[in-house]
Amino acid sequence: MLMRSISAVIAAAGKARGLRRQRSGERFIEGWILLAGILAIVILLGIVFFLIREGAPIFLHTNPWQFFSGAKWYPVSEPPTFGILPFLVSTMIVTIVSTAIAIPIGIACAAYLAEVASPRVRNMVKPLVELLAGIPSVVMGFIGLMLLSPLVQSTFNLNTGLTGFSAAIMLSMMSLPIIISVSEDALRAVPDDFKQASYALGATRWETIRHVSIPAALSGITAAVMLGVGRAIGETMTVLMVAGGALAVPQSPTEPMMPMTAAIASGIGNAVRGGLQYQALFAIGLVLFFITLGVNLIASRVLERQKRRFAR
Amino acid sequence: MSVNLAVSNDSKMSRNNRVKLRTEQLNLYYGSFQALRDVTLEIPEKAITAIIGPSGCGKSSFLRVFNRMNDLISNVRVEGCVGLDGISIYQESIDIVDLRKKVGMVFQKPNPFPMSVFENVAYGPRRHGMKNRGKLEEIVERSLRQAALWDEVKDKLANSALALSGGQQQRLCVARVLAVEPEVILMDEPCSALDPVATLKIEDLMRVLIEDYTVVIVTHNMQQAARVSDMAAFLMMAEDRAGVLVEYGATSTLFTNPRDKRTEDYITGRFG
Repeated sequence: MLMRSISAVIAAAGKARGLRRQRSGERFIEGWILLAGILAIVILLGIVFFLIREGAPIFLHTNPWQFFSGAKWYPVSEPPTFGILPFLVSTMIVTIVSTAIAIPIGIACAAYLAEVASPRVRNMVKPLVELLAGIPSVVMGFIGLMLLSPLVQSTFNLNTGLTGFSAAIMLSMMSLPIIISVSEDALRAVPDDFKQASYALGATRWETIRHVSIPAALSGITAAVMLGVGRAIGETMTVLMVAGGALAVPQSPTEPMMPMTAAIASGIGNAVRGGLQYQALFAIGLVLFFITLGVNLIASRVLERQKRRFAR
Repeated sequence: MSVNLAVSNDSKMSRNNRVKLRTEQLNLYYGSFQALRDVTLEIPEKAITAIIGPSGCGKSSFLRVFNRMNDLISNVRVEGCVGLDGISIYQESIDIVDLRKKVGMVFQKPNPFPMSVFENVAYGPRRHGMKNRGKLEEIVERSLRQAALWDEVKDKLANSALALSGGQQQRLCVARVLAVEPEVILMDEPCSALDPVATLKIEDLMRVLIEDYTVVIVTHNMQQAARVSDMAAFLMMAEDRAGVLVEYGATSTLFTNPRDKRTEDYITGRFG
């Protein structure tokens, strides 16, 4: 994948150069753009290299199977054990629950903005929704801590309101802006012809949204959800503050838990540089990196397919 | 309403068809802009009525009055009377879903849904509550046969409709309309995106359809109007750019012996 992007950047720059060889100003800008493109790729490669160099040595101490399936994370015991199963399961629960909350709300809101709202309302609401994406995650965490967790505690009659479920609700709010914004773009990209045909056949607005617009925009909506999921997986501060931070493998969403990001953030301050715990935390980071990379790759694939489908 | 149209005898209209659609003193506005002025016209049943005229004279707007597609555009205002079988379709009690079931529409650009051929034709019946798979298959086959498309797509029912040729897509759109068993089919320049062969196929299809349906077609193509239509209406822009009806009558008369000088100028290609 990376090799392909590099060659694409170089090829694009080469082509542009061929077209406007004579102007030196053009050449300067082309060179600059090429440099920026290469720089982005170099940084990405550097991060991967760094994560592997710092994290991989843990597998000399703990084999990958023990690392992924171990339920015990005792970094400072003698001997220390590094099992990340609690974090993996926590991340999974929090991500699934937050996605389950965000999908119906996000799609409904996108459909409203794209198909129902008047242009005036849309032009007012959409920037507001996108503004929601800009709220610092520590503020979201604070809101979860002060407002949401007491509510969760009393609703489910729990010992503590700091649970995976509370974190999932906050994360769903944080992924909603992306899901709404990208889904809305996808819905609006559905050619008007389709909707007209549907109305002309006597379909109602709801039927047209449900049976024409959403299916036609489905790959774009899927990509939107993937991007939202990516955000939920990678989010750190909010889950650190709200999820509860328990080290056991969670059995239900309403238990305190510690997703991978929170595990890294809370552990890295105590880890000795180059020590086993330090390596293990970087290995978690590496796992996280590949998960989000996978989600983003799927999302861009799906978006690509959507583009091709309507180019007729 | 069983008023018979007074039409000259030499036309194909000697069947003395009943009036199907009718407008009286129709005025249409987009905001403050008037797109149609005082159009009064009676469209006969089971015949092809062509609406011709230069670009921007309100032909499409006029066509969309009959299935109230103009409603989808904000700040459209319709004044005057529009009747289907003698019943005003702009009164409060009219159910638009019902109206659009009776008055189907084929658009300028073939616009099949990005679904299979089968699902395209089944779309209308499904929306109107048909769930029985066997019945749906029957409707799909019948509609495709009526649209003269069955033989070409019977092995490709599960394939994407977007893979069909432009002409096939347009006939699919006709089949999709036929599947809801309308009474009137509005066609908004249905052949302007098609090649001559596909155009002829659609025209042949229209001639067959009027056994059972009333067809109203907007067309830019004078030869097409002369070839297929029984009645023709010539619209033109007035000074304030509002569309007005210049002349309406049997196609044969309008094209060979127009009453109005402007009609003559238009059909002989002196402007427009």
